[in-house]
Amino acid sequence: MKPMLAVLRREISGYFSTPVAYVFIVVFLFTAGIFTFYLGQFFERGQADLKSFFMFHPWLYLFFLPAIAMRLWAEERKAGTIELLLTLPIPLWAAVLGKFLAAWAFAGIALALTFPLWLTVNWLGNPDNGVIFAGYIGSFLMAGAYLAIGSCMSAVTKNQVIAFVLSVLVCFIFTVSGAPMVLGFFQGWAPTLIVDTIASFSFLAHFNAITEGVIDLRDLVFFLSLIAVWLYANAVVVDFKKAG
Amino acid sequence: MIDIKNLVKQFGPFTAVDNISFSVAKGEVLGFLGPNGAGKSTTMKMLCGFLNPTSGSIAVCGHDVEAEPLAARRAIGYLPEGAPTYADMTARGFLDFIADVRGLAGKDRQWRLDKVVDQINIKDVLDQPIDTLSKGYKRRVGLAQAILHDPPVLVLDEPTDGLDPNQKHEVRGLIQAMARDKAIIISTHILEEVEAVCSRAIIIARGRILAEGKPEGSAGWRIGEMLAGPGKLDAAFREITQARAA
Repeated sequence: MKPMLAVLRREISGYFSTPVAYVFIVVFLFTAGIFTFYLGQFFERGQADLKSFFMFHPWLYLFFLPAIAMRLWAEERKAGTIELLLTLPIPLWAAVLGKFLAAWAFAGIALALTFPLWLTVNWLGNPDNGVIFAGYIGSFLMAGAYLAIGSCMSAVTKNQVIAFVLSVLVCFIFTVSGAPMVLGFFQGWAPTLIVDTIASFSFLAHFNAITEGVIDLRDLVFFLSLIAVWLYANAVVVDFKKAG
Repeated sequence: MIDIKNLVKQFGPFTAVDNISFSVAKGEVLGFLGPNGAGKSTTMKMLCGFLNPTSGSIAVCGHDVEAEPLAARRAIGYLPEGAPTYADMTARGFLDFIADVRGLAGKDRQWRLDKVVDQINIKDVLDQPIDTLSKGYKRRVGLAQAILHDPPVLVLDEPTDGLDPNQKHEVRGLIQAMARDKAIIISTHILEEVEAVCSRAIIIARGRILAEGKPEGSAGWRIGEMLAGPGKLDAAFREITQARAA
């Protein structure tokens, strides 16, 4: 546990030791605002809720979170510090989890800093704060799933740009797998079971279900198990590279 | 304290380390010599658990590196090639991180940190980010990381590379001072360093051990069948590595 916390602390301070973290947070908040007010028509809708805020999260995360995760392993491999990290008495799971949790915490901070929107909507009307709370939980869980994918992709290469592109690609597949465009492609010939399976992997479907205000156990399990699977893959990739 | 048996490492069709066996006892400083690409670093990486051997076994203080990786790693202080450190951290932050990971706590932790900072002479730069430090200081911070937990086994990959003559002298003094109660392996291609600090040497090339050497008092070093007088080690080295390679 102790080595895991040490890795976690080091990674978090790694985010904030350069201006990158602050720039990232500012750009994230700015973009989230634009999406909410212009594309989401927050005011025009005349509804006291944050639906127009949450509905764009999958698309925001698609680009922002791979940018957070891309450095996790690729940077260490490039700088050679991975040799230090992997020869210290740290169990592999602790290194993988520590890095992931640091990225997740960072995403959580960025998400929490959108609280002025929540204040605004409460000032303007009487929203159902339970639904908003569920939205935040769902958004945070979904962020974890994107980051776990990004972390795994970061372990594949020592080039951060490649890590970024790969994880955007994989995240995109998971995001849109429930969209009519994708399902329509399969519906013509594939059995229903396969189509349903593909649809069930969609971040959008699970996330939208949570933002409706219903925190269904199945949606929680979906995101948490997805995180677990990708982190396991992450550890396998790191371990595989030891074989040379 | 270090036992390496029939160690082999293959990268695809290329054999980087070809059936190497040796051991290092407490109190010994083993010099690991060889031309670039001889397999020195690869051997050290396997010893420290960064690469898995293709075959053969490595035990550190009785712990098999593959079966009990954490126990083996706790016993080792390792300075990887190029002395990588987290460039965005300060020297102090970096050493704190290592102390956390190594599980140093309480009084002992502060005592070890103070002692290492003093031994390696990095007090002046403790609060500077590592990427602003000179090459010599970076390497010393890397070395501080390796000896922080006072390990029984030290593995140093080119510890004096990039240091100026004064700093080299200091680091060699440090290695000699630590030699009594540790098993130390250093890799180098500076042969005067071998004469200065090592109690034994192994010459490897193309993954194989070509010769072993020991100092013979004032007569110099005996390497294989050759006797190299004081300061003549490099001639012997060239003869051995080039004759066998041809």
